Amino acid sequence: MTDTTVTKTRPDRSQWADVWDQFKTHRGAVLGMAFFIFVCLMVMLGPWLWHIDPNYIDIRAKNQGPGFAHPMGTDQLGRDTFAQVLAGGRVSLLVGVVAMLLSLLLGTAIGVIAGYFKKLDSALMRLTDLFLALPLLPLLLVIIMLWRDPLRAAFGPETGIFLLIVFVIGITSWMQTARIVRGDVLALKEQEFVLAARSIGTPAWRMILRHILPNVLSPIMVSATLGIASAIITESALSFLGLGFPSDFPTWGRLLYDSTNFMTLSPERVIWPGLAISLTVLSVNYIGDGLRDALDPRIRGR
Amino acid sequence: MLNYTIRRLMFTIPVLLFISFIIFLLLDLAPNDPTGNLPMTIPPEVREKIRESLGLGQPMHIRYFKWCVQFFVNEPLNIIDQWFNTCTWGCEDRLRVQSWATRSPVVDLIVERMPQTLWVVGMSYVVGILIAVPIGVISAYRQYSWFDQAGTFISMVGFSVPTFFTGVLLIVIFSVMIPSDSMFWFPSIYDTTHKVTDWASFGFQIRQMAMPVFVLALYNAAQISRFMRASMLDNLNMDYVRTARAKGLKERTVLLVHVLRNSLIPVITVIALGVPQVFGGAIITEQVFKVNGLGQLLIIGIQGADIPLVQTLTFIFAVLIVLFNLIADVLYGILDPRIRYD
Repeated sequence: MTDTTVTKTRPDRSQWADVWDQFKTHRGAVLGMAFFIFVCLMVMLGPWLWHIDPNYIDIRAKNQGPGFAHPMGTDQLGRDTFAQVLAGGRVSLLVGVVAMLLSLLLGTAIGVIAGYFKKLDSALMRLTDLFLALPLLPLLLVIIMLWRDPLRAAFGPETGIFLLIVFVIGITSWMQTARIVRGDVLALKEQEFVLAARSIGTPAWRMILRHILPNVLSPIMVSATLGIASAIITESALSFLGLGFPSDFPTWGRLLYDSTNFMTLSPERVIWPGLAISLTVLSVNYIGDGLRDALDPRIRGR
Repeated sequence: MLNYTIRRLMFTIPVLLFISFIIFLLLDLAPNDPTGNLPMTIPPEVREKIRESLGLGQPMHIRYFKWCVQFFVNEPLNIIDQWFNTCTWGCEDRLRVQSWATRSPVVDLIVERMPQTLWVVGMSYVVGILIAVPIGVISAYRQYSWFDQAGTFISMVGFSVPTFFTGVLLIVIFSVMIPSDSMFWFPSIYDTTHKVTDWASFGFQIRQMAMPVFVLALYNAAQISRFMRASMLDNLNMDYVRTARAKGLKERTVLLVHVLRNSLIPVITVIALGVPQVFGGAIITEQVFKVNGLGQLLIIGIQGADIPLVQTLTFIFAVLIVLFNLIADVLYGILDPRIRYD
């Protein structure tokens, strides 16, 4: 065999090590990743780091500016803004991640099925086109207005709204993933290894799990990051329009919405939740950008 | 091309019917009652009569059919009659979709709100495009220069920062922190009753439009400039560019006549596809700056559970999306002779 005589110029590396090396060269992506991990840790470890309860009302300390006791000030009821931003971040990030997972699951499933099974292709793609033609923000608002109360009654005020928001964001944002995945699957199907696998009699489901899915992982990962970003923005937008979580249950969008009523009194209050949303989304977008470059083998080689 | 356009037009009919059915169904299955806001003293049989007069007594498919007839036939005829002061067939007893909250025809409400939205949204889109195209061209031509780096960063920020935060931030800076007698002060609330009669009032109109337009324009420019840059980069490496340079054309001509025109083709479709999303995004911006446009009307309708109003508005948004998808496809075919749909 001639293969064994080829001298190795560098040690064996996995594909993911290459990807990581390329990812590290993208400064924005690394900074974004660091910031995103920082935000996640802060938000998850928040209750242990900062002992003030976000809903503790201290009316004598209301409308305070940033200070030693309250690094981000207090609101009109004397609740600590920093604790609220931490608590709000937990909900906003959770909504973002869960909604992204749902939309990714739907998008990947529909994309793979449409790409792999020719019979279902045109029907599923028409469905995708129809979903793309829906006016999403108005529809989201309408769905939430209509189903808010029944779900609240069924699952309790917080869980009901959480399920509703995650569900509506998930089912209205899978279309891009489905289209990209379908395109990639169509291209993969023409390759020799798929033919080889089929010729030894691999059943369709194993074919998809074993050969197709690992090869469409990169577009899925990129749309995952973009999905988190857009889910966080959508949730904040809904809360900002007053159709999200109830006001005693802080999320970043809700905090921003509540603080706009006190803009003349304490203008710095709107900055914190807005900054939290913007920086998180920016960092996630940068991660997505870096990931796209890192996962693209044409760029990676250079 | 004509053939293709007609085929596409035929396809939009089932799409629109499907979307209208979804919207109808969604609101129809909703567990709330339009007579819920009426006084409790109304006896149940009268309440039942009111429900029937609202058309709620019949089975769903009949109501859907009637709603379609109303929306696709009666309302357009009503609008034509109003505009041209005519009386087409059956204009005396033709029904109108009534808003439950205001008891006035929905179409009148929409016509009343339309100009504000069109002014703010349309202006912001035009401003956004005017900013985005030069930025895209320069950052592609000077790829990896400081201008390109800055442009990339700003556009990343532009579409990461949600419009409700940029809007609120601008209000805090320009309406709250800056004293109201300074020339850098801008009004945070859009005054629709303001009429332009002379230069001073024109200046005020510009002032009150500045912030909402800037917020939306920044967001649009961020996206379009990315597309412009990518499209320019694709074209700059083409053979025809080398040929144009080799035959001694000025760099200006090569860039602005040859490359720019070819790069604009995909960008124009992106611009056309973006129009409906801009209307959707304007919902939030209108809420921030209290512009009483279509978006605000939708929010009011949703908060007041005014189903006819919400149905009509949502469907108008859907029609816009389908229409601009069609326009984008057809434009792409007309502008780029390499695209053959047949």
